[in-house]
Amino acid sequence: MANASFTMIENGRSHEIAATSDSNPRLETEPVLEALGWTRKTEGLCRGDVCIPIAGRPDLITSEGVDLVGLAEVLGRPIAIDREESVASFGAETAAHGAQLASGIAPDFTLPDWTGKEHSLSSFRGKKVLLIAYASW
Amino acid sequence: MWQALYEELGSEGFVPISIALDESLEAVRPYIEKAAPTHPSLIDTEHVVAHRYGMINVPTLVWIDEEGKIVRPNTAEYGTDTFLQFHGRESGPFLDAVRAWVKTGEIQRDETVPSQMPPPTEDEELARAEWALAWFLHQRGSSEAAGRHFDRAGELSPNDWTIRRGSMPIRGQNPMGPEFFELFKDWEARGKETYASMAEKRLN
Repeated sequence: MANASFTMIENGRSHEIAATSDSNPRLETEPVLEALGWTRKTEGLCRGDVCIPIAGRPDLITSEGVDLVGLAEVLGRPIAIDREESVASFGAETAAHGAQLASGIAPDFTLPDWTGKEHSLSSFRGKKVLLIAYASW
Repeated sequence: MWQALYEELGSEGFVPISIALDESLEAVRPYIEKAAPTHPSLIDTEHVVAHRYGMINVPTLVWIDEEGKIVRPNTAEYGTDTFLQFHGRESGPFLDAVRAWVKTGEIQRDETVPSQMPPPTEDEELARAEWALAWFLHQRGSSEAAGRHFDRAGELSPNDWTIRRGSMPIRGQNPMGPEFFELFKDWEARGKETYASMAEKRLN
C-alpha cells in the first residue's frame, strides 16, 4: 500500500503524512521528525542538546520511512493507533511529564475563554491563582 | 461562588481561573452565563489541561503561587454545599483556607491533599493518547471508531473520571443516568481511589 495518507496527532495538532506500510505504520521520515521536534544527525535523533542514539535499531528508519511504533518507544511516548482509520496519536513524554509534576512547577497552558479570547497561565505571574476544573457532567 | 470570591479577594492579588472540561462551549454555556464571571472562565474541550495536570475528576482545584509554583496540588474541593450529602466535603473551611492563603500566605492542608503530584503511569499516559485519538475520530465523524478508543482509554485508566464519564456526552450517553452509578460502584469496588490515596501509593 504505497503512499497512502496517514494522520499523525501530537499535542493537539494533526499532520497528514505519506505512509508506505499499512501493517506497522511506516511514514515518510522527515515530516514525522519535524512534527515531533527531532532532527536526524550522526549521533542519532537530536532535539536541542539531547541526542538519542538509534544505531542499534537499523529498522527504525529505512528508505521506506520511519517505524512509528519503534519511534514512539525510542522517544518514550505512548502511541495509540487505529489502523483502519489510518490515524496515530502520540502521548506525552512519560518520564518528562512525571518530572514536571514532581518539580511542582505549574505547567503553562493557553485556552480560549467563553468569548473566544485566549488566556495563558503564564500571564498571571504575580497573582495567587486558584485553578478550578469542572464540568457539566 | 468563585465570582463572589473573586470580587471579595481580587484586589489582594487573587484570581480564580475556571476551566470547563466539557465537549463544547455550548454544553457549558448556560452555567457560565448564569455565573457571569469577570475572572477567566476557560474551555478545555480536548482535556489538554486535565492531562497536563494529571486531573482525573471534577471538581479539581489547584493553588498556584505568584512564582507559578503549585503550592496545594490537585484536590476535590467545592465552593458550595449543594452536594454535601453526596461527597461530604464542606465548602466553608475550604473558602476560609483560600482567604487565609490570600491574606497571609498560609497553606492549609489536610490528609485529602496530596503532598505532591505523583508521576503518571504508562497506562494513564496511553489512555490520554487514546483519548486524543478518540476525540479526533469523533470530530471527523467516525463515531464507532471513536467509541472503541474511548472504551480503550477507560480500560487503561479506570480511575480517570474525565475519560469514562467525560466521554459520555460525546457519545450521546447520559452522564447522570444509570451508567454513572455503575461507574460509582466500580470506583468503590476498586478502593475509592482519590488523588491523595494514589499519591500515597506511588510516592512511597
